[in-house]
Amino acid sequence: MTPGLKEPMARPTTTTPGGRMRESKMKPVPVPEHRARSVKLEHLSAFYGDHPAVRGVTLEFRPNDVTAIIGPSGCGKSTLVRCVNRMHEEIPGSRVEGTVTLDDEDIYAPGADPVAVRAAVGMVFQKANPFPTMSVFDNVAAGLRLTGRKGRDLGARVESALRSAGLWDEVKDGLGRAGSALSGGQQQRLCIARAIAVEPEVILMDEPCSALDPQATLRIEELIGDLKGRYTIAIVTHNMQQAARVADSTAFMLNGELVEFAPTDKIFTNPGDKRTEDYVTGRFG
Amino acid sequence: MTTLGPIASHRRQTDRIARLLLGSGTLLALVPLGLILYYLVIKGIGAWSISFFTTDPTGRFFGDPGGIKSAILGTIEMVGLATLMAAPVGVGVALWLTEYGKASRVATLVRYFVDVLTGVPSIVFGLFIYITLVLSGVGGTFAGWKGSVALALLALPIVTRSAEVVLELVPGSLREAGLALGAPRWQVIARVVLPAALPGIVTGVLLAIARTAGETAPLLFTATIVKATSYDLGGPMNSLPAQIFSDVGQAQDRLVTRAWGAALTLVVLILLFTTLARLLARRSALR
Repeated sequence: MTPGLKEPMARPTTTTPGGRMRESKMKPVPVPEHRARSVKLEHLSAFYGDHPAVRGVTLEFRPNDVTAIIGPSGCGKSTLVRCVNRMHEEIPGSRVEGTVTLDDEDIYAPGADPVAVRAAVGMVFQKANPFPTMSVFDNVAAGLRLTGRKGRDLGARVESALRSAGLWDEVKDGLGRAGSALSGGQQQRLCIARAIAVEPEVILMDEPCSALDPQATLRIEELIGDLKGRYTIAIVTHNMQQAARVADSTAFMLNGELVEFAPTDKIFTNPGDKRTEDYVTGRFG
Repeated sequence: MTTLGPIASHRRQTDRIARLLLGSGTLLALVPLGLILYYLVIKGIGAWSISFFTTDPTGRFFGDPGGIKSAILGTIEMVGLATLMAAPVGVGVALWLTEYGKASRVATLVRYFVDVLTGVPSIVFGLFIYITLVLSGVGGTFAGWKGSVALALLALPIVTRSAEVVLELVPGSLREAGLALGAPRWQVIARVVLPAALPGIVTGVLLAIARTAGETAPLLFTATIVKATSYDLGGPMNSLPAQIFSDVGQAQDRLVTRAWGAALTLVVLILLFTTLARLLARRSALR
């Protein structure tokens, strides 16, 4: 039986070599074995009512890679990633066609539980959305508590997630403060900590820096570089420089269609499609 | 060339008139409120004494008419039970409407009926309970709990509507954040949506309590008016509004004074309770 979608607790037992090296300062924490998984989209279409926002996209987010999705506003890039954790269906009247597989598991298979899919595929949103009634600590612990996975090592897990998100040193003396009292950049890193605390295998980021200043943006970009050793990351961005800085592969979308998907260098230096070239050189969008 | 000259005099004039109108409107609205409170205190405070709060009405024509202990306790008991019934159901309906029903046809229908219920005069609830529970003799005739049911029916649409409004105000991004963590919907609702809306829900429940505590009509023919203090919700029960109703029509000044004293007590009771609940709600909020 394949592990995963029906039981969020069951995790493959392979380790990513060196995956936990960065936390050498900490006391050893029994964090579940962890590995990134690949995401394959095949002929994926997504609709709002009758309007197709994504049309027949086929592409792969490779494990331990950062895949950027760029394109002008309304090209369907956000909708595309929202199909990967089944958040698209939360919108009334929405519909998805085609398949999305997490390694070999079809996340839209009839028996697949959206709750389990979302536990495996974390998401960071455009606007930082920490839970306003919760403290910094509780925000990070929220994922574990809400999914019924708080163990005795809750405190250690929260610390580990905050360290991974590069926020620990800034908040360790104020874990009881309201999460919404942090600065915008800190709030976004808090949301990243919250997402990685539940140990997903894939992290989707939907324009995570669009509301942040350049300094905070730089912090998040560095963080993405740190995290890709352990996760498969897809980042939606309207900032082409950002895609060039953080991504290994880049997908360019236009009017719901995938125009080009290639290594980031190629997209920006030697695009194969005229429309990609026009977009990355700033001729439109 | 344009200059940043002084404000034109006609605009200044308009501004002055508008301010005057709005200001006097506010003042006008405050006048009856002030008068009511003034009369309540002037007329009611004289009735207050230790024995006023610690004795039941005697019913004697001569001598000491007694206090309002049974009415105070009866109101607290019946309103308390009514709140226990109406608040969970009302919040539940509101949760269903915002989190599940949304814009569906059933939800629209439910919203419509809740609105209709809001407009039903309170005496109708009293009559309804009188016919269904009192005349039919379910568990005796007149009973405190039947009064509570009538009050709960009155409170239900108030709680539902106010809770729905504040639940709608909880940003969708919080629900998304919760769901995206892999949390089941009920967990997101119970631990993210509800806490975020709690202060507003509490306010709505308080509003309903304040409203029901002052209702006479639903209690007259469900719990009736009695003299003795009762802790048994299964039997007839006194209440402040009913006591006021019966006293104020009496020919004796002492009884009319008692009505004023009871009215002041009712207002102070609601005020105290509201302040207390608000303080609690504020303390539970995170800084």
